[in-house]
Amino acid sequence: MSDYRTEELLIEVIARLLEGVENIAVGVLSPIPGSAAILAQDRSIEPVRVSVIGAKLPGYRTDGGIDLFDQAAQGRLGAFFLSGGQIDGAGNINLLGVGDYPGTEARWSGSFGSAFLYYVVPRVILFREEHTPRTLVDEVDFISAAGSSPPNVHRPGGPYALVTNRCLFMFDKTRGRFRLESVHAGETLQSVRDNTGFDFDCPDTVPETPGPEAKTLKQIRHDIAPKIADPYPRFAAEVLGYTAPGQAAE
Amino acid sequence: MTNSKILPDVETLAARIPDGAKLAIFKDNGVAMEATRALIRRGARDLHVITVPTSAFQAELLIAAGCVGTIETSGVTMWELGQAPAFVRAVKTGAVRILDSTCPAIYAQFQAGEKGIPFIPIRGLIGSGLLDVRDDYKIIDNPFGADGGPDAGPDSETDPIVVLPAIRPDVALFHAPKADREGNVYIGRQLELKTIAHAALASCVTVEEIVEDNLMEDEATGGATIPAMYITGVASAPEGALPLPMPGYYAGDTDYLQRYCLAARSENGLADWLANEGLVPRAAAE
Repeated sequence: MSDYRTEELLIEVIARLLEGVENIAVGVLSPIPGSAAILAQDRSIEPVRVSVIGAKLPGYRTDGGIDLFDQAAQGRLGAFFLSGGQIDGAGNINLLGVGDYPGTEARWSGSFGSAFLYYVVPRVILFREEHTPRTLVDEVDFISAAGSSPPNVHRPGGPYALVTNRCLFMFDKTRGRFRLESVHAGETLQSVRDNTGFDFDCPDTVPETPGPEAKTLKQIRHDIAPKIADPYPRFAAEVLGYTAPGQAAE
Repeated sequence: MTNSKILPDVETLAARIPDGAKLAIFKDNGVAMEATRALIRRGARDLHVITVPTSAFQAELLIAAGCVGTIETSGVTMWELGQAPAFVRAVKTGAVRILDSTCPAIYAQFQAGEKGIPFIPIRGLIGSGLLDVRDDYKIIDNPFGADGGPDAGPDSETDPIVVLPAIRPDVALFHAPKADREGNVYIGRQLELKTIAHAALASCVTVEEIVEDNLMEDEATGGATIPAMYITGVASAPEGALPLPMPGYYAGDTDYLQRYCLAARSENGLADWLANEGLVPRAAAE
C-alpha cells in the first residue's frame, strides 16, 4: 500500500519532468502542475522562476498575458502545461468541443493559448487526470493545437510528456507518437491499453512510476502547500491538508 | 471646472455603446460589471463582443441577456465553477455566432490595431483547426525568407507564418481603480488595458473612485495611467466589478456566481434569475 495520494504522486512525476527548466509558467485551474513547479523550484540548485497564473503576484510578469505570450514567443519560457477534453495519439489536443464545429455534441470553453504555446514552448507537459478512451482518443474531433508540424514550419516547441492518473507517456518527436514510460502503482500495461483510445509504443517491460519519497511528501505538505494556497486554497486544504492562518477550513 | 469626459452615471456611459458595436471587454481584474448590467438594462442588442483574450461572467451574462450577436473569443468559462451555461447553449444552437481564437492572436491583433498597421504575423497556429474555421487567418511565406532574422524558420526556404488582421473595436469597456477630473485613468498592474484603449476607437471606463489630483503628473501613478486622449467617457462605479474581484479593493463573490451557475442550467431558471436581478431591458420591466 502506498502512503501517499495520487495527487502527490503526480506532483512528484511532473516535478521530475521539470528538472533543468529555468522559467516555468502554470496556467489556470492547475493546482497539481503548480505544486510540481514549486517543488521543482525548491529542489533546483540553479535559480528557477515560477509564474502561477491566478496568484496575487504571478511571479515574473506584470500584466495578465501579453508578457507571458511574448516571453514564450522569444523562447524565454521553458515549460508550460496544457490539457484537453480530448488528446490523441499524435499529440493533437482539443479544448474546443465534440461533434461538428463549433461543437454540436459538446462545446467546451475554447482553445485559450494552446494554438500558440504548444508551438513555441520547448517542454509542454500534457496533464489530464482522467485516463479513459473518452479523453485519450484515436483522433480528436477538433485540433486546437497540433502535436507535430511539417519540417518546413518553424517550431521550437511541442509536447514533451503526457501525465495521467494511470501512467506517464513521453512524446517521441521523431515518430510523432507517445511511448509508455511507466505505469503508476496498481496499473499494468494491459489496464493502460484498455483505457487508452490510441495506439502507443512501449518497452518490453514497463516499469512502475517511482512514488515520492518520505522526504518529498513532507516537503509537499509543509513547504509547497502554503505556497500553492495562493491561488488554490481549497486544493491546499483538501488534498495537502494545509489551511492558511486566519482562513477557516471548508 | 467641468469635464465632459466625466459622465454623471453608468447609465449615461452605457448609452455611449450602440447596438451592433464591436465591443472589447477585458478578462482580468478590471471587469466593468456594473456597466455591463447597465448595458443589459438599456436593452443592448447584436453586440460583437471581443474578449481580450478570454472572459468569464461578463461575456456569459451579456449572452444570457440576449445582447450578443457575435462572440470573438479564446475561451468563455466560469473557471472553477465549470462551464459558462448560456455561452455553451448559444454556441451549440447557433443563437450566437462564434469566432474562435487563441489568446496571443487576440493580443497581437490589438497590438496591430494600436500601431495602425493592417495585419500582424504570429508564430504557431499552423495545423490548428482554427485556421480552417477563421477565414480571416491566413498563411504567408516570410517575405524575408529563411534568413529573415533570428526567429526565421531554421531549415525552410519558405518559412510559412500566419498573419492576422488588426482589430480596432468600436468601443473598449473596462473598470479601473481611479480616474482624475481630466479623464486620465489609472490602471495599476493591468497594463494590457493600454493596448486595448490604444486600439479601440472609443474607450468607456468605470472607476472605483474619481480623484482630485492629476494622475499623469504624479510620478507614482503616471506610468500606469492611460491619458485622457484615449478615453471617451468615465463614470464612477464603486464596487463596479462585483461580483468579480478588484485587487486592492475587494474580493469576488463566489457564492453569487455559484448561485448563477445553478440557476442558468435551464433556460427557465436563467430567465427567472435575470428577472430577479433586474437584468432585463428597462422598457420590458416597466
